[in-house]
Amino acid sequence: MNKIFEIPLYPYSRSPDQDALTRRKVVIVGAGPIGLAAAIDLAQQGIEAIILDDNDKVSFGSRAICFAKRPLEILDRLGCGQPMVDKGVVWNLGKVFFGDRKVYDFNLLPEDGHKRPAFINLQQYYFEEYLVNRVQELQAAGAPIEIRGKNKVLKTEDKGDHVSLLIDTPEGTYGLEAEWLIACDGAGSPIRAMMGLDFVGRVFEDNFLIADVIMDADFPTERWFWFDPPFNKGQSALLHKQPDGVWRIDLQLGWDIDKEEEKKPENVIPRLKAMLGEDVKFDLEWVSIYTFQCRRMEKFRHNRVIFAGDAAHQVSPFGARGANSGLQDTDNLIWKLKLVMEGKAPESLLETYDLERIYGADENILNSSRSTDFITPKSETSRIFRDAVLDLSEHHAFARPLVNSGRLSVPCTYDGSPLNGADRLDGPSRTRPGSPCPDVPLADGFLLDKLGDKFTLLTINVDAPEKLTVDGVEITNLPLTTESADPALAERYLCSAPSAVYLIRPDQHVAARWGKFDEKSVAAALRRAIGKEQ
Amino acid sequence: MPVTLTPNIPQADDFYAELLATHEGLTKAESDALNARLILILANHIGQRDVLTAALAAAKEAAHKA
Repeated sequence: MNKIFEIPLYPYSRSPDQDALTRRKVVIVGAGPIGLAAAIDLAQQGIEAIILDDNDKVSFGSRAICFAKRPLEILDRLGCGQPMVDKGVVWNLGKVFFGDRKVYDFNLLPEDGHKRPAFINLQQYYFEEYLVNRVQELQAAGAPIEIRGKNKVLKTEDKGDHVSLLIDTPEGTYGLEAEWLIACDGAGSPIRAMMGLDFVGRVFEDNFLIADVIMDADFPTERWFWFDPPFNKGQSALLHKQPDGVWRIDLQLGWDIDKEEEKKPENVIPRLKAMLGEDVKFDLEWVSIYTFQCRRMEKFRHNRVIFAGDAAHQVSPFGARGANSGLQDTDNLIWKLKLVMEGKAPESLLETYDLERIYGADENILNSSRSTDFITPKSETSRIFRDAVLDLSEHHAFARPLVNSGRLSVPCTYDGSPLNGADRLDGPSRTRPGSPCPDVPLADGFLLDKLGDKFTLLTINVDAPEKLTVDGVEITNLPLTTESADPALAERYLCSAPSAVYLIRPDQHVAARWGKFDEKSVAAALRRAIGKEQ
Repeated sequence: MPVTLTPNIPQADDFYAELLATHEGLTKAESDALNARLILILANHIGQRDVLTAALAAAKEAAHKA
């Protein structure tokens, strides 16, 4: 049977654009998770999106496997969260081993009252397949979206009010113009290289072997992390379950190795047997060796070319902050781009994409660098403290929060963003302006399913008009009351306040909040949230 | 709150002897590990970030400059 990543899902077919120079609204380079999400977001809001990919298949091998709650919520807004969660493996438990012993176990203890779990494990190839399915569903419904397989960008040129591209295909090259270009072409971004842009940061001198093995074993659905295990002395190891009986194994190999040798099954299999036990039967699905860096571009937006995902920033894999943060990039970008394209917001609104997502990238780089420094101590003293933390963690709870095998991805609050408006509510800190809205169960579903794509006025125990229009931008009222509501609503949005009014952005982040409704204040906050008032 | 840098340990000589006795018979590596565990336990006990920052700075500044 062929694996999904061996089948062309969007094979090359000739486009009329190859016969006559055409200008498209938004061209996206790269049909990975970020490029696909960007295109879906645009297309379901009626904006033409063309994805160019030099390949015609989904990701080869499992690659990104850990998807956090916030990206799942974003996927719900994009109409494809459910198949991911149905297929994915939900996990909350983890074990930490040091040397030959288990030092402690933990439970993520996700908060109740959210539609989505804290994490699912899902192979990137399934993730991309479900996004491609969503693209095709939108296409069938007449949405302006298209994936062009085997379309490789050779040249890109900024023409001021558009970008001109030269594209190679199996039938030769063609020129294409784009009003806007979104580069989602990965850590090695060819677009970034063509434009001669910087990508500096810290290189970590280490190699990791990833092996996906198919086995019928009774390992529980838990994340197991080893520091200095007997089967990989002086290094680390990770075991994590994926759907279809596939297990992800990560083994740290150190810096000075022969990558091609290490990847050979005759070298991989003995390592895995030492880890899993001699009697465990398994098949290798995929083996890869990776190194990583923590770095970002100085700016993500370069006039009409906008970078997102790994093309803009790269982190170590610890904490699952790569694909997860990339989805938050496009979540932040698309509504801004839409307002700018419609002439409802000044072009300067796009500068806040840079600001807000660089803030997010820096937080991710900081967290993932710290995890890497714990997992791979860079000096003797650093190793002594690391081992002291692990030894203490076996006996004393206080040391466990210091153990760092990856701080799992959570969305950032855009504190200090110029788009944030008033905070005139004695409300919870977690819903202050800049925060991603936490979910709440409602009588007829979940709160987050009612927010997004547009500006919403969430009013709790307050009377306000059904709709407001400010400078051509519509705000829809979502009136709720705490009467017979789930206590999570008051806990997450009111605290001790009797009533509240929240202005919520199309990406489900809080723009401003008040205790009472005042039309003038809402209008001012809306103008601020679309970059009109600084 | 600033870090206490005036005498604060009752029977200081006894404490000092106990500290050395705890290290007795250990190799350099074992002593280094014990010191690290001790620092972490004490830091957790103090638990005030500003005091810990002041303590780290005081320890660093007191290094003898040859």
